[in-house]
Amino acid sequence: MAEKLADQPEGAAEKLADQPEFTFTDEQKQLRAALRAFCAEYADESSVRASMESDPPFDAKVWSRLGSELGVLGLAVPEAQGGAGGTLIDQAVAVEELGAALACGPLFGTVYLVIPALVAALGSGDASESGDISKIGEELAALADGTRTAAFAVGDVAGEFDAAAVTVDAAPTHQGWALTGTVPRVVDAGAADSLLVAAKGPDGPGIYAVDAKGPGVQRISLNTLDLTRPQATVELSDAPARLVAGADYAARVITRALQVGSALLAVEQVGAAQHLLDLSVEYAKARLQFGRPIGSFQAVKHRLADDLVALEHARSTAYHAIWALSDGTGDALDPELAVSIAQATCSAAFTQVATDTIQVHGGIGFTWEHQAHLYYKRAYTDAALLGTAEQHRARVAELVLGVPGKDAPRVATGTATGTGAPS
Amino acid sequence: MSAGTDSDRVTQAAHRVVAEHDPRSVPIPEFLGACFDAGLSWVHFPEGLGGLGVSRGLQAVADRILQDAGGPVPLALNPMGYGMAAPTVREHAQSDDVRKTLLRPLATTEDIWCQLFSEPGAGSDLAGLATSAVADGENWVVNGQKVWTSLAHRARWGLLLARTDPNVPKHRGLTYFVLDMHADGVQTRPLRQLTGHAEFNEVYITDARIPDSYRLGAVGDGWRVAMTTLMNERSALGGSASRRGAGAIGDAVALWASRPDLHTPVLRDRLTILWLRAESQRLTSERSRASATVGGPGPEGSIGKLVGAELNQHIYGFCMDLLGPEGLLYDGYAMRDGAASGEDWRGSVQQRFLRSRANTIEGGTSEVMRNILAERVLGLPGDLRADAGMPWKEIPRG
Repeated sequence: MAEKLADQPEGAAEKLADQPEFTFTDEQKQLRAALRAFCAEYADESSVRASMESDPPFDAKVWSRLGSELGVLGLAVPEAQGGAGGTLIDQAVAVEELGAALACGPLFGTVYLVIPALVAALGSGDASESGDISKIGEELAALADGTRTAAFAVGDVAGEFDAAAVTVDAAPTHQGWALTGTVPRVVDAGAADSLLVAAKGPDGPGIYAVDAKGPGVQRISLNTLDLTRPQATVELSDAPARLVAGADYAARVITRALQVGSALLAVEQVGAAQHLLDLSVEYAKARLQFGRPIGSFQAVKHRLADDLVALEHARSTAYHAIWALSDGTGDALDPELAVSIAQATCSAAFTQVATDTIQVHGGIGFTWEHQAHLYYKRAYTDAALLGTAEQHRARVAELVLGVPGKDAPRVATGTATGTGAPS
Repeated sequence: MSAGTDSDRVTQAAHRVVAEHDPRSVPIPEFLGACFDAGLSWVHFPEGLGGLGVSRGLQAVADRILQDAGGPVPLALNPMGYGMAAPTVREHAQSDDVRKTLLRPLATTEDIWCQLFSEPGAGSDLAGLATSAVADGENWVVNGQKVWTSLAHRARWGLLLARTDPNVPKHRGLTYFVLDMHADGVQTRPLRQLTGHAEFNEVYITDARIPDSYRLGAVGDGWRVAMTTLMNERSALGGSASRRGAGAIGDAVALWASRPDLHTPVLRDRLTILWLRAESQRLTSERSRASATVGGPGPEGSIGKLVGAELNQHIYGFCMDLLGPEGLLYDGYAMRDGAASGEDWRGSVQQRFLRSRANTIEGGTSEVMRNILAERVLGLPGDLRADAGMPWKEIPRG
């Protein structure tokens, strides 16, 4: 849709992909294998448990290795800005594996949202006008390298940007801007080095970068259901800030970031759900009751077959969203619809698989010791972030139910005589 | 030989057929006969048997050219013939003479085919079937009853699975034949279904004779041969490409749009959930096709039948709930066969709703499909079988 493409920031700097939908290159398969091997060693269950009970709840050394050694935090960042110069498909491959391992670290804030926002801002006119390109580039390089992390302090409404819901004000100062206001429940903000904040300036809402450890910034860490995905409330009081995208571009940049973030979150859900299904299948083969593997009972095996269907559907929609956002052909792939389809489907699938994982494991699945609850809590967290399945369903309904592609089928009126003659 | 060259060959052959036998003016059998002679009926079959010996994936290239020129969809005209009989005959017939005799009239649709598998006593447990075939010289003598046979009343040939040895475990005593539906002792009766129509038949077979040359595969090897047929059936039921919003979900969206007076928020969410499920399955079929071009089909290819069947039921169930009391009217239960001309053969919304009950039974019940997904894709253990290893004649039946 030309209209949708026109909504993208001009010259968005992510590389457009020309690979056929749903096919992966050999390089991407190697990337997947490399990450799987890395996660098996450094993001295994005991590492995840150690991280989630630490402060900050991730291992900064492992995070830095993901950035500098494996180079998987900024795969879709242009090379000129210190990224890998790849595509969103590359980034999705990495996220799927990190999601499968429940790898701890500010993926959500840094990789899903802030990096795509900064990449989009680079392509907007404002950054060049205000001379901030080099600063955005420096920040992108540091985030991609894993030496700094960031959080996205933009309160989305059901995964969409709503200017009316912005709770921070921006006032001009002689050096730049000062931000005042509160953003509740910002994922990954507690340990972030920088915050990307939506704030209302004199001309409307803009996006500003704030040094999270600078003056006027207070972060109140919150206890979360999912210990691997922390949140903090951000309170700003005359916090010095730098403009990243002004009123003309902010909405487009934020929308792009939310769409990319939603698609990557969907891929994370697929990775995690696949891990759980594998776990349940292995358990159903090994666990004996009544002298048989429980997986030989249809009540158990059919539940797992349904999970397989849910997972494969989720995978298709998540990949479709990634391709819709990286499509260079300009055809009719509609990113907004594709993202909402993926979010609605993947949130429902991951929570279903996580729920069934506990049930199939029986008593052991309800213990703290078993990993099922870690994923279950992540499933509900992912489902609620960037719009719930229900909110995305509502958006899908708005986009598709008003446009019948064909004539309605005939409704029998009780007056025909069985010949099926049209009424 | 490169794929590009093969693709060119198929493309050129298709254009030649269309140029020399314009499907908009010549009779269908002539056009389809030309397709067979040009190797475009099943491009992966050998030359001379309706194929060109090229990759199966290139069938889509041929079909697009032939159908864009106004050619028919042969699978719709002779579904058991194209979808099941052709691959089975090609793979398991005893001689090329038999292959040639059977395949060309199948391709032209002059010979319609049917499938004689299910019996009153053998549905999901197909291998337990009781129809017997006893050798008598160069012939086999067949006795038994088959059921749920689509198109039997129009068929010239039937794919028959019969028991040739009752003294061994059930899978091992079966043999596969081609039955002449015009032979003495073959009687076909319409089977009226709950829609009031009769899409299917019962077939009674009494001392019908089949020459041994019309046996497909070895004696006792019928189960393995039948698997060729069933795999092709399931992929034919689950596999074709479609546009977003096409098919049954398109009916529901169109009906919804046509009746704003019936809208409620609850129904709207139900329809959206169905739309998402249809779209997820459509994307999954696309993904399956993409992965089939770079390797074997993945697990995503096996779920189409299960999802499609249940989705169809839920979609037409939604339509009925949308219509409320209006849905209680019908066209009447006067009996007719499924191939009525004129209007879309699927009939009214109410008829489609009633018909959809069969979707989770025909072509493998949803219970069997879930077993298949669980056992073959996930690798879970099989069900306990009370008849394992038992000679067929000792298995309790009822």
